[in-house]
Amino acid sequence: MVATLKRQSKAVQFAILLAAFIVLCLVVKPSENNILWRLPPLLKWLPGAINDFVRGLMFEWFPVQVWDPLIEDYEQKPLFREITRAISGFFLVIINFVREIFLGGNKTIVAMTSWDFVNEHPWAKWPALPWTVITGWAVLLGYKLQGRGLALLAGACTMYIAIFGQWQPSMETLSFVLIAAPVSVVLGLFLGIWAFRSRAVEATLNPLLNVAQTMPHYSYLVPVIVLFGVGDQAAAIATIIFATPPMVRLTLLGLKKVPPDVVDSGMMSGCSRFQLLFRVLVPTARRDILIGVNQVVMQCLAMTVIASFIGAQGLGSNLMIALNSLKVGTGIEIGVCIVLIAVVLDKMSLAWANKPTDYFADLTFWQRHRFGLLALGVLGAGIVLALFGRAVFPEGFNYLYIIPHNKGITTAPMWQAGVDWLWDTLFFALKNFNEFLITQVLVPMKNLYLGMPVAATFLLMMGIGYLVAGLRSALIIGGFLLFIALSEYWDRALITAYMASFSVLVSATLGITIGTLAAQNETASRIVLLVCDFLQTFPSFIYLIPVIMLFGITDTSVIIAAVVYATVPATRYTVEGLRSVPPVLQDAGSMLGVSRFQRWVSIELPMAFPHIMLGVNQTVIFALFMVIIGAFIGTTDLGQLILKAISEPQGTGIGLTLGLCVAFMGLAVDQIIRTWANARKKALDLA
Amino acid sequence: MSSHPSTAVSTANGSAPVVRCEGVYKIFGDSAESMLRESGGTVDSQKFMEAGLIVGVNNVSFDIHQGELLVIMGLSGSGKSTLLRCISRLTDATAGQIFIEGQDILQMNSKQLIELRRNKMGMVFQNFGLLPHKTVLENIAFPLQVKGQNTRDSVARAMEMVQLVGLQGRENYFPRELSGGQQQRVGIARSLAVEPDIWFLDEPFSALDPLIRKEMQDEFLRLQDVLGKTILFVTHDFDEALRLADRIAIMKDGVVEQLDTPANIVLNPATEYVRKFTEDVPREKVLTVASIMDAVNPAESHGSLRVSRDAVIESVAEEILGQEDPVAVVDGEGAVVGTLHGAHVLKVLFGGRSSASPSESR
Repeated sequence: MVATLKRQSKAVQFAILLAAFIVLCLVVKPSENNILWRLPPLLKWLPGAINDFVRGLMFEWFPVQVWDPLIEDYEQKPLFREITRAISGFFLVIINFVREIFLGGNKTIVAMTSWDFVNEHPWAKWPALPWTVITGWAVLLGYKLQGRGLALLAGACTMYIAIFGQWQPSMETLSFVLIAAPVSVVLGLFLGIWAFRSRAVEATLNPLLNVAQTMPHYSYLVPVIVLFGVGDQAAAIATIIFATPPMVRLTLLGLKKVPPDVVDSGMMSGCSRFQLLFRVLVPTARRDILIGVNQVVMQCLAMTVIASFIGAQGLGSNLMIALNSLKVGTGIEIGVCIVLIAVVLDKMSLAWANKPTDYFADLTFWQRHRFGLLALGVLGAGIVLALFGRAVFPEGFNYLYIIPHNKGITTAPMWQAGVDWLWDTLFFALKNFNEFLITQVLVPMKNLYLGMPVAATFLLMMGIGYLVAGLRSALIIGGFLLFIALSEYWDRALITAYMASFSVLVSATLGITIGTLAAQNETASRIVLLVCDFLQTFPSFIYLIPVIMLFGITDTSVIIAAVVYATVPATRYTVEGLRSVPPVLQDAGSMLGVSRFQRWVSIELPMAFPHIMLGVNQTVIFALFMVIIGAFIGTTDLGQLILKAISEPQGTGIGLTLGLCVAFMGLAVDQIIRTWANARKKALDLA
Repeated sequence: MSSHPSTAVSTANGSAPVVRCEGVYKIFGDSAESMLRESGGTVDSQKFMEAGLIVGVNNVSFDIHQGELLVIMGLSGSGKSTLLRCISRLTDATAGQIFIEGQDILQMNSKQLIELRRNKMGMVFQNFGLLPHKTVLENIAFPLQVKGQNTRDSVARAMEMVQLVGLQGRENYFPRELSGGQQQRVGIARSLAVEPDIWFLDEPFSALDPLIRKEMQDEFLRLQDVLGKTILFVTHDFDEALRLADRIAIMKDGVVEQLDTPANIVLNPATEYVRKFTEDVPREKVLTVASIMDAVNPAESHGSLRVSRDAVIESVAEEILGQEDPVAVVDGEGAVVGTLHGAHVLKVLFGGRSSASPSESR
């Protein structure tokens, strides 16, 4: 039987698989006790067990004697908790320190002395820097790093933030990013180098990174709360956990790509191990490592919103409040600020890394210290301006010192009016579309997914895995699914799956179409790739703003946000894949007299298909993320449960288990596509 | 097995060899060492291949003397680059001994090895191996800075090297902004920056276009004229080997088939494999006057023309054939050491390739 099946073509095999799937769906009757319908929740104990484990670790494991200055005696305290407390304390101090450089305050002085000291001495307070100074410094830094263009951009962005009254939350966000991003970069670099040095480390890190990169942001939050408390430090740690994996990946990738000749030349130049690493390998891998740094910054900004759930202050929490109360105009303003900070940090980090040195310039004192002196000058001028401002605005706010939150110019009413106008004019069109989509497409699809017996799901997924990527992949997929099926969240997972798969379907179609059209033309390709770059600097949450604006709080909003977000990778990979088809093949095709369409069908598409599928793979992960984030505006899938877990005492276990469920869904798809694409690339000699 | 014609090395001045290889093996694979021990030194690469091992270098021994330019020639997979990597210890040889100025480098710890590389060795790579994030100047100064030299001194020295290889005006370019030939000039300058005693070149000109390659070979000969380094040069190009070498080692399947002067290799190929390379080589480009001259015959009168015994025939053929009388051959001091007859020159130029060597007197 199997032998005869094997001899059939792939198409027949898939047809047989599909038929078996449908038969199973029809035959298996929905019933609580039918093991083919739903597996018993044998893993129900898992969240509780995780909880107990974390609690044990935090409150019981390995007690040590700790000196307590309050009662002036040693006290039994669990070691692990002392460690996490120390880490939180450390992060809190440095975040406050950076924040107070920008905004002023007394927490740093408190940390160095005591509350009593600060209370007794009212002068012990660090003053905020005037916004004019920071704007000036941003311009100077931009100029020093790259030149007039970047200076202008940096100046414009900081001015915008100041004038539109988002200064305070923006600086709070910035101080948080300025801590989380460098820590993630250093940590990622370290782990990446370690993995490069040792195969065992790489083998251990790889699955961990897989899970970490596919686990939704939300599910980290609860364990982080338990371990590190609530506040900016916890948010920073959650962000670091999230932002480090891509850095590790890209560091490792970059180091592996260093040409052997370069390594040899470093050795023959007499480099020690340390010199070889930091003066040859890492700089040569700079391009990939920089992409990593860039990703870290983006992830940090993307997390600012989500991190506000566990106490991060700044733009993120304001955005959440605005969206919660449907103030779309305010939301847009805040969103623009986040994007502006992202763009400036992105450009500055790139420019910094590409800066050359001139050895021959015979510099005067002024030239050598120009920027330092100018920075001092800016500081002086800013202070003078602020003092001058005190005279001009004797009462109320000193706009030349700090523009208080929400006291700047605001465009929110304009946006709000625009949204209202959109609503008024398009109300019926939108409503009809919304209703049609929900009743005619989404609800039937959801019911279809929920009406699928577990045996059929396993058959379909493992079958596809087997046919496309082989037995090993089929077994891995089976393992992933089994975990979800045995947890008590199978039905919720099906809902997540339906939303994600609908989004992927639409995104992939859109992305491949746009990408194919754009790839026909050099200029169009460049423009589309640029747009993709730009869209990818948007933190994921930003995508929710316009859709809420148009569709309110419904599944439609989430799905449309997911579609927009997930179309980006599909488009990018399609363009890249099609553009990288070797020109000699194109020429060979032309000389054989193929038409444009024939060339696309029989030359370009087959060559680019593996790469396009990797894009689809990204689309799946992106869509899953957005669907889970969508829980924030009300969906009924896994995301909602994860969000609920944040406020539950047993949340750690639930959050992590749910996170693993989502991660495993993503990894199951990843397993099929990646295995296939890599094999295919090798077969086509593209790897 | 390899045969080593015991040729007297012309440069031999009694001093110890700068590089000495003794029974060097490099075998790739997990069980390389135990297999080698079992075989007792007689390695059949076919048998090893069946066992999943690849023989890179098979029992190679030779000496290189002060100021000598030894070319290792072989086709791809012959083990020539592997041998060079063993001698520079970029890979560890499986067995054998390699002495650099009397020190066994296989016994060195990594600290000694780094010292050796920082002060004694320079190496040029086929694909240049330039650091993409550093400018021309920074690349050249890199080995000096790695040694701990300060920026001012290393940059000054690097600037001298830039002038030596003729890249003035491009010192602030990045490698990606240079042509292949220019990049290799940077590679050469970098390898010479520390004033190494021993210079390794691993197919330095193979990635270049033919015209550029010729230009770089001329440049290389010019540099060697000035510097007089001890050189190990790897190439797959037999013409290049003939042009540059004092001696050539021809490798095949990890074995040195023949190691001799270019002239001797062309005249007396040791194996069938070597003969195939030499078949199409124009003799006049390889043979020196000394190899076809006759002993001085007092009965013969010489014309006024004098030619050096070390001159390549091609370079003097036209002049000699324009003479009525036999031509006097002189050595470096100008003393007459032989007589050259035009007939011999004609035989070299037009004679049959397979015939025996035109002359025995050496």
